[in-house]
Amino acid sequence: MLYAILCYHDEDTVGSWTREQDAAVMQKLAVVQDKLTKQGRLGPVARLLPTTAATTLRKDDPPLVLDGPYAETKEQLLGFYVVDCKDLDEALDVARDLGAANPGGAYEIRPVGQFRPGSVQP
Amino acid sequence: MTDAAWIDAALTSARPQAVGALLRYFRNLDTAEEAFQNACLRALKSWPQNGPPRDPAAWLIMVGRNVAIDDIRRGKKQQPLPEEDAISDLDDAEEQLAERLDGSHYRDDILRLLFICCHPDLPATQQIALALRIVSGLTVKQIARAFLVSEAAMEQRITRAKARVADADVPFETPGAMERSERLTSVAAMIYLIFNEGYSASGDTAEIRSPLCEEAIRLARLLLRLFQSEPEIMGLTALLLIQHARAAARFDADGAVILLDDQDRSLWNKSLIAEGLALIDKAMRHRRSGPYQVQAAIAALHARAEKPEDTDWTQIDLLYGALEIMQPSPVVTLNRAVAASKVKGPQAGLDMIEPLAPRLSNYFHFFGVRGAFLMQLGRNDEARTAFDRAIALANTSAEAAHIRMHLDRLQRDSQPRGKKAGK
Repeated sequence: MLYAILCYHDEDTVGSWTREQDAAVMQKLAVVQDKLTKQGRLGPVARLLPTTAATTLRKDDPPLVLDGPYAETKEQLLGFYVVDCKDLDEALDVARDLGAANPGGAYEIRPVGQFRPGSVQP
Repeated sequence: MTDAAWIDAALTSARPQAVGALLRYFRNLDTAEEAFQNACLRALKSWPQNGPPRDPAAWLIMVGRNVAIDDIRRGKKQQPLPEEDAISDLDDAEEQLAERLDGSHYRDDILRLLFICCHPDLPATQQIALALRIVSGLTVKQIARAFLVSEAAMEQRITRAKARVADADVPFETPGAMERSERLTSVAAMIYLIFNEGYSASGDTAEIRSPLCEEAIRLARLLLRLFQSEPEIMGLTALLLIQHARAAARFDADGAVILLDDQDRSLWNKSLIAEGLALIDKAMRHRRSGPYQVQAAIAALHARAEKPEDTDWTQIDLLYGALEIMQPSPVVTLNRAVAASKVKGPQAGLDMIEPLAPRLSNYFHFFGVRGAFLMQLGRNDEARTAFDRAIALANTSAEAAHIRMHLDRLQRDSQPRGKKAGK
């Protein structure tokens, strides 16, 4: 079984880390990741850019584009995609296509800062 | 991360909200600041033992308010200090307060705080100093260091600023929609100035002053989270991020300036650039352009070029043209001339800047750019005159050193020719 581990933390606090503090945390995480990589168990890992860089597509009819992250609490996170796009407009086009196939709810479109594709073979 | 580092980060990030709320309550900068300091002291004692509270800002506001009220009462009636338990028993109160701290309050408190710091009666230097002291919580010593003045001088500057704010009739009511957008503009300008204080540092002071750039970015991100749909705030944040991304490549080991064309682009911070580009993308969708967005777009075109020769100078020339219309200024025209010279040659650039001479006769960069155009045109004597003038006007040793490099090159180029002429 593959498990997704979703990372939650207070963005203000993480944003207040100095470069050194940030690097220290990343280094400690890398140790854990490397162990999993050697065991062939690590899938894709992504560090997302801050929520200020996020855009939300509400899958209404017609779909509504909003600045900022997805803020409602009625819905739950059910899955995610990582798609290579040249810019936000292209990413929104993909989200609209997906939304047309499965209306209702919303997609939050957030640029990925760091990405490791991983090598897991389930 | 250690407890101390976590608490430190939590206090820093809670500061604008907590001081803003305390200011709304006490209507006095000094009282609000002192209340926050006292709350921080208690947090340092209580959090490692009892664990961090659910909402650090709410905790700090509650404790800060209680301690300050006690202090005021004590001052009036000489009453003994209340028991520690009476203050730190926060469980129920904290939850109530957290509920009341809804989004609109939060955003108004921080905006009010920033707005008070950019009070129109204050000169820009005092605005920045006050904002760094009150909003960011930097110590007077840190601010003095960043501004390269003595601690005593900075202390005086901040005290004066506070006195002026206290004398002026500062409205503490929730700003209306019109006021809010006016305030937003001055707050954005102040954040931009804080960034520039750090960015315009010379090589030998860049290390000391770079925290100002980081603080400006933190404030810009904060402002953007409060005003998620303002394209100019997206543009401002993007501009700061992309400029700061080049920090590691801007000076050589001796502290001399390295111009964009000569920078080692592998040293640019890719993640900051990516964030900046993402914000420009978002801003563009609003089709409401503005000076920050245009400047960010120019910075982005530089950031996108993997090699200097990949730079899209035609587009940069056009963007400076747009900026010239939004914010007519000889400095913008000067920058545009540099872009134009890359597309149409140095003569075109020189023609554009000649009319600026009367207005920029004391501006370092004007003579630097003029000298460079003349040098490219082979008019070496005139170039030397321009460079000499630039050195006389240089603001930092790094600027002067950079121009001296041009002069040395002129010297080297002219020597062999001189020998030939002699033979």
